[in-house]
Amino acid sequence: MTHSLVSAATLLGLCACGMVGIGLYGLIVRPDALRKLLSFNILGSGVFLLFGVIGRRGAAAGLEGDPVPQAIVITGIVVAFSATALAATLLVKISDAENALPDAGREEDEA
Amino acid sequence: MSHVLPPAEGINLPGLLLVFAVLLPILGLIAMLGLRALHPERVARVVAPLGLLLACAILAEVWEGRSAIDYTLGGWAPPLGLKLRADGVSAVMLVLAALVIGAAALFSQHQFRTPPDAPGDTRAPFAFWSMLMAMWSALNLVFVGEDLFNFFVALELLTFSAVTLVCLDGRATTLHAALRYLLFALLGSVLYLLGVGLIYGRYGVLDLALLSELAQPGPITLAAVAMMTVGLMAKASLFPLHLWLPPAHAGAPPAASAVLSALVVKAPFFLILRLWFELLPAPYSPLAGQLLAALGAAAILMCSVVALGQSRLKLMIAYSTVAQIGYLFLVFTLTAGPAPFAGLGWTGGVLQLLSHALAKASMFLAAGLIAEDMGHDRIADFSGLARRQPLAIFAFGLAGLSLMGLPPSGGFVAKLMLLSAAAASGQWWIAAVILAGGVLAAGYVFRVIGAAMKDRDGEAAQPAATLPATGRHALVLALALLALALGFVPLQPLALFAIGRGELAQGQP
Repeated sequence: MTHSLVSAATLLGLCACGMVGIGLYGLIVRPDALRKLLSFNILGSGVFLLFGVIGRRGAAAGLEGDPVPQAIVITGIVVAFSATALAATLLVKISDAENALPDAGREEDEA
Repeated sequence: MSHVLPPAEGINLPGLLLVFAVLLPILGLIAMLGLRALHPERVARVVAPLGLLLACAILAEVWEGRSAIDYTLGGWAPPLGLKLRADGVSAVMLVLAALVIGAAALFSQHQFRTPPDAPGDTRAPFAFWSMLMAMWSALNLVFVGEDLFNFFVALELLTFSAVTLVCLDGRATTLHAALRYLLFALLGSVLYLLGVGLIYGRYGVLDLALLSELAQPGPITLAAVAMMTVGLMAKASLFPLHLWLPPAHAGAPPAASAVLSALVVKAPFFLILRLWFELLPAPYSPLAGQLLAALGAAAILMCSVVALGQSRLKLMIAYSTVAQIGYLFLVFTLTAGPAPFAGLGWTGGVLQLLSHALAKASMFLAAGLIAEDMGHDRIADFSGLARRQPLAIFAFGLAGLSLMGLPPSGGFVAKLMLLSAAAASGQWWIAAVILAGGVLAAGYVFRVIGAAMKDRDGEAAQPAATLPATGRHALVLALALLALALGFVPLQPLALFAIGRGELAQGQP
């Protein structure tokens, strides 16, 4: 137990909040799909960091490091990776389709 | 920690049914992947009836035993392991999923047939069938799950398969729609995961049954549920987070649109229902329930009006989906009324879910038949359609009855129950919205039927060139008739929906 002003877990928890805030802002405000995707990854990393903090605080059994949040983070990372890969594939396909037919899908770009 | 030891009892046969409900579509998917010589549509032809049989067996088991089926995976009890559970509503949802997916599979047998001599393009059929199976498994997992994180994984599987189905034809328009859908869904899932993290940090368990005993009203619980609800709202496309739905559902192939509108948006709603009625310590704040109901009411009014103005049939049906989802969210304030009417609001909500799913699946498939015949889906150019496609238009009209809430139809019973619950709890604005929504729905359904009934210029004298009815027409009609048949359930809280629901069993006949 350290007696410093803030413990490491609290500090990391605040970092996690910051990342969630930045990611959420980017996801909502940025019009560009690629930036939205990157914002989603920042937001996701913030949530994973929060799980790390929760595990560190040993919510379940008072352990030094609770393994359940760690297991959740591993699964979460796999899911976030798959989601990013799927979105990136869609982005590539969109640019392919639009380069082949420059006018196709133009009207749906807005809104 | 003695409660985490594996129980020493024999094999739990009804419980295994739940495991198979999740596993069967995955087995189908593996067969499609591994044995490319077996055409995927043939595998689906085997898996779909088996799945329906399985779902009906689960429903029969729940009904016979008058209690929920539990299954503890690997014998590890909840704080450490996972549990599957099917109560009355879950069992009904399993049957609904099997029905709609079975109908979609039969409908697409021809459209997504693997070309007989292999060198053709087998990618699209393979993607369609494998994603349909993945989606089915994910849906069943949502309906029988008990663990908050397990729900997250199921929802992600659902999203990934749904996004793939949306952009199956690979046009830029549908790719944009799919990307927008994916971004909305990802925002939803990450908010949901944040809520799961807070819940775990507060209580140290993720099992819903355990949480319902532990949960205290407090800032952390409320914040977590609020974030999870907003996340799930984005996935269920509740107004104002519905912007992704119309282009996505309108651009997908007809069978995929049917499954997306009928089932995929209902799974997150089902989860919100479970969070609010099982996780949140009762009674939850009436203000929060009213907020959700107000959003639902806004969805009904705004999106019905927007649906009236659509010139494309599929877009109109998609906007109607958003409007009909609005009705589901009225439940959250209607169950706050006096005891018998709370049960009425609950039953009405579940019935609305079922009847909308069947009616909307029928409508999208009918729209598919129409678009295939006409080569377009512009409502203004539908003249002469009722002569060419009488069965498709008839089915469309029958399904429309359910959306409008006219008797005899499932939609009528559902909306009447919601209406009585609204009147009994003195929430007149909800009653007014339900009635106005019915009128608007009548407006957009009759617009299509009216256009289809018109004769093309100078064609009235000629004999009608009716297209031969096919099995697919019978399928569309059968779905519409099922939605109609729901109108014959008694006008009272159904005991089936109360099985395994503890407090919500109030208002039993």
